[in-house]
Amino acid sequence: MRKLVLKSVSCGIALGLGLGLISSMQTAAAEWKPQKPVEFVIMAGQGGGADRLARLIQSIIEKNDFSNQPFIPINKGGGSGAEALRYLKDKAGDPHVIMATLNSLYTTPLRNPGIGVNIEEYTPIARLAEDTFVLWVNSESDIKTIDDYVAAVKKAGPEKWVMGGTGTGQEDSLVTAMLQKAYGIQMTYVPFKGGGTVAKNLVGKQLNSTVNNPSEQLGFFEAGRSRPIAAFTPERIGVFPDVPTFKEMGQDLVYFMQRSVVAPAGMPKDAQDFYVDVFRKVNESKEWKEYTSKKALNRAFLTGDDLMAYFVAEREKHRVLLKEMGEIK
Amino acid sequence: MDILAQLAGGFATSFEPLNFGLLVLGCTVGLFVGALPGLGSVNGVAILLPITFFVPPTGAIIFLAAIYYGAMFGGAISSIMLGIPGASTAVATTFDGRPMALKGDAHKALVAAAVASFVGGTIAVILFTLFAPPLAEFALKFGPAENFALMVVAFATFIGLSGDDIPKTILSILFGLILSAVGLDIISGQPRLIFFDLPGFYKGISFIVLAIGIYGIGEILWTLDSSKGKVEIAQHKVGFRLVLQAVFDLRKTWRTMGLCSLLGYFVGILPAAGATPGSLMAYGMAKSLSKNPQNYGKGEINGVVAPEAANNAASTGSMLPMLTLGIPGSPTTAILLGGMIIWGLEPGPLLFITNETFVWGLIASLYSANLVTLIINLAFIPLFIWVLRTPFAILAPIIFVLSLVGGYAPGASMHDVWLILVFGIAGYLLRKLNYPMAPAVLAIVLGPLAEKYFRQAMIISHGDVMTFVERPLSAVFVGAALVLVSMPIISALKRRRSLV
Amino acid sequence: MTAVVFALLSAYLMWKSAELPVGWIPNKGPAGGAFPFWLSLAMLVCSGWIFVRALRGVTPESQSKDLFMDGPTVRLLAMAGGSLLAALILITFFGFYVAIPFLFVFWVRVVGKRSWATTSILAVSVPVVTFFFFEIGMRILLPKGITEPLFYPLYQAFL
Repeated sequence: MRKLVLKSVSCGIALGLGLGLISSMQTAAAEWKPQKPVEFVIMAGQGGGADRLARLIQSIIEKNDFSNQPFIPINKGGGSGAEALRYLKDKAGDPHVIMATLNSLYTTPLRNPGIGVNIEEYTPIARLAEDTFVLWVNSESDIKTIDDYVAAVKKAGPEKWVMGGTGTGQEDSLVTAMLQKAYGIQMTYVPFKGGGTVAKNLVGKQLNSTVNNPSEQLGFFEAGRSRPIAAFTPERIGVFPDVPTFKEMGQDLVYFMQRSVVAPAGMPKDAQDFYVDVFRKVNESKEWKEYTSKKALNRAFLTGDDLMAYFVAEREKHRVLLKEMGEIK
Repeated sequence: MDILAQLAGGFATSFEPLNFGLLVLGCTVGLFVGALPGLGSVNGVAILLPITFFVPPTGAIIFLAAIYYGAMFGGAISSIMLGIPGASTAVATTFDGRPMALKGDAHKALVAAAVASFVGGTIAVILFTLFAPPLAEFALKFGPAENFALMVVAFATFIGLSGDDIPKTILSILFGLILSAVGLDIISGQPRLIFFDLPGFYKGISFIVLAIGIYGIGEILWTLDSSKGKVEIAQHKVGFRLVLQAVFDLRKTWRTMGLCSLLGYFVGILPAAGATPGSLMAYGMAKSLSKNPQNYGKGEINGVVAPEAANNAASTGSMLPMLTLGIPGSPTTAILLGGMIIWGLEPGPLLFITNETFVWGLIASLYSANLVTLIINLAFIPLFIWVLRTPFAILAPIIFVLSLVGGYAPGASMHDVWLILVFGIAGYLLRKLNYPMAPAVLAIVLGPLAEKYFRQAMIISHGDVMTFVERPLSAVFVGAALVLVSMPIISALKRRRSLV
Repeated sequence: MTAVVFALLSAYLMWKSAELPVGWIPNKGPAGGAFPFWLSLAMLVCSGWIFVRALRGVTPESQSKDLFMDGPTVRLLAMAGGSLLAALILITFFGFYVAIPFLFVFWVRVVGKRSWATTSILAVSVPVVTFFFFEIGMRILLPKGITEPLFYPLYQAFL
């Protein structure tokens, strides 16, 4: 087994060894470039929405040669991202690590102060998108409008109405809590491992409703298996022009999942500029534009101090939300 | 029906020179990646990504199917040769594969694994071709209660695995279950069992860390102990004639192959279960149906055939939810799903209608990847046997390096590598004290699933345990589990009576 | 002899079980800590059962008069464990590509007593293969500790 691998690379060995001995003291060019592959830490496990998006970004970078060194995705999803947050903290000053984040960037440090992470220390790189949330029911149900929905939930009672979502304290449960508060309704919340599983369980009639991202339900929606009721966005979503927003109906229910990239504390300015530039190119790439419009993501590109200000503001919003839910004190 | 015509079209595509070249390359890469513990088709896909930019989507999906199949076959190789399961799906293969290798029959075990994988894969693809949409619909009926009942069946097969020392087997299962509870509790979102506050425990303890520790490091320590440093594994030289002979000898196992393929396939299509419970149930079934159950665990060829046929059938089955529902059944299929999006294909219920050529190209390449992997695998067997003849002093550091790299790779975490050392030493000591370790390794795979489904079902039913019996599908599984548990007890009672 | 080891093991398990119930939170349905708690309780019962069996001499181990481990075995195993421990420490500070040659020199030369030629071929070729297979092929970066800068030109050349 070893022999074979040996053969296949033998041509490179001599060259590699020779090069390895040469010191790498290259004089720094005017522009910073990564010296080695960049660790692209993903704050979630393999196969989830965040993972798929990060891998899409990675392949866009690779396909268009936006970086001289590859970005290597590494999943550190343990503890709702606690593992990744700690890892990034320990990598302070390392210019070859960046991290794809989601809203657990705020919620996890709030819920687990023990990990000792302050997100303000991280170096902001870029916010690429905001994912939207929509209230879904099975297409075989009679519910067509939000009024039908509220009536149905009230009729079923808090015991019988089952809402599915991702883990407790994560985005879906926050959206559910907001919904319950706004309409004065009660339901049973069941956490699942990922949005895709939640979507499947709605179609399989294990659940009565979900608050999936459009990308998670889109396939079922197109097949006529699920029905969007209302969107948690300020304006109607492009792919669902007929679906009203909660805002239209007088409820200020707006919630986004941010998809942004941060780097460890103390990253040199020129390295930060390099990454910002890479993601600016991603943001303008044809593939990214296509994907975001098809999957109903808001392309909300944001960098630098504005991004950090956004993070801090969002964290405070989540602090209030989590407090209302009784998840934190 | 024009299924045949479409399939023929798909085959024509998969045998175009470029596509066929990708097929052979993919199978080979997959085979080696799958054979290395800690690596799997996920890593093979990493190689794939840059290639997909230069070849058309069909070529890419063929390459991918080839890697996927190659990796599935590969898992058995390290189970048999090194006793380290290459993936959780191949744990059951070690039960009889490893003893066969130690007896000097490694080539027979490898051939059995390859052929059984091929049969399992092929039966599954045929079922897939014929019944994909209705089966996908059936899989949707599985909620948390049904999934939990299925896990109960998987746990019931443990009874069949237990040796003579029942308390030690139970203890091993419990040990695995407790380790599986480490990390974040998904239902409440709270961290638990974070020993010494080490951040590495947040992600829990993965199967691969425990398996590499116990089987990789532990096995070497065990070998050192039992041989007092003078290790000699009897392996004669194996040529192609012996390989062909071994293939021919397998005709006696056709019944096991067929049954276990069917079983594996049905377990695999259920999005929640996957190939590991499938292979385990198949092993349990083969053992309980066998006329000589006492041979299992000591190098019974059916004990290699059963899990391998089932896990390949199940892995093929697990592609079904991905294609038809757009839900990734495993990390690999998740990455596949990402790939499909880049190629502009939308997995989901409409894929079969909107992208017929793609779907049939994929199905055809599953058939051909299966066959090509079998041929490549058989061709490499003499080489694998040659590796086994490597002196222990050289083999040991190679296994150490593979264990360390394999433990590091999945999580990029040194914490896991340290855990491997701890588990290796603990696993060796426990084995020395006659504790069976396989139940612990399987429990760590099934534990989190079982707990999650149980608690989800409990939340939905508001703490009513009767939900598992009241729902018809789950009642069937609970019944099956009861039968499985009671069988060894009944036979034990019978034996006792006949002794009196 | 074995019975003593069993007793120690049981005691250890009891101590470990006692450590676990921390996570017990009453709730509807089983709570977060419920599974580990009841599992560890069951484990405690089980270790007690094993202990009793060992005392009564039901199991073959408790009847055997062999020593649990003799002197040479202990030395051999300590060597194996020690080499791994050393390798892990080397990885932490100097990276995989220092630890791998070390393991080979130790096992092939010191334990296996093969020639220096065999040893050096393996000690050089295995890390090279590892680098190309894992880092270049699989894109799995292995930790390198302080030897990291030495690899920059390799990355420039091959990635």
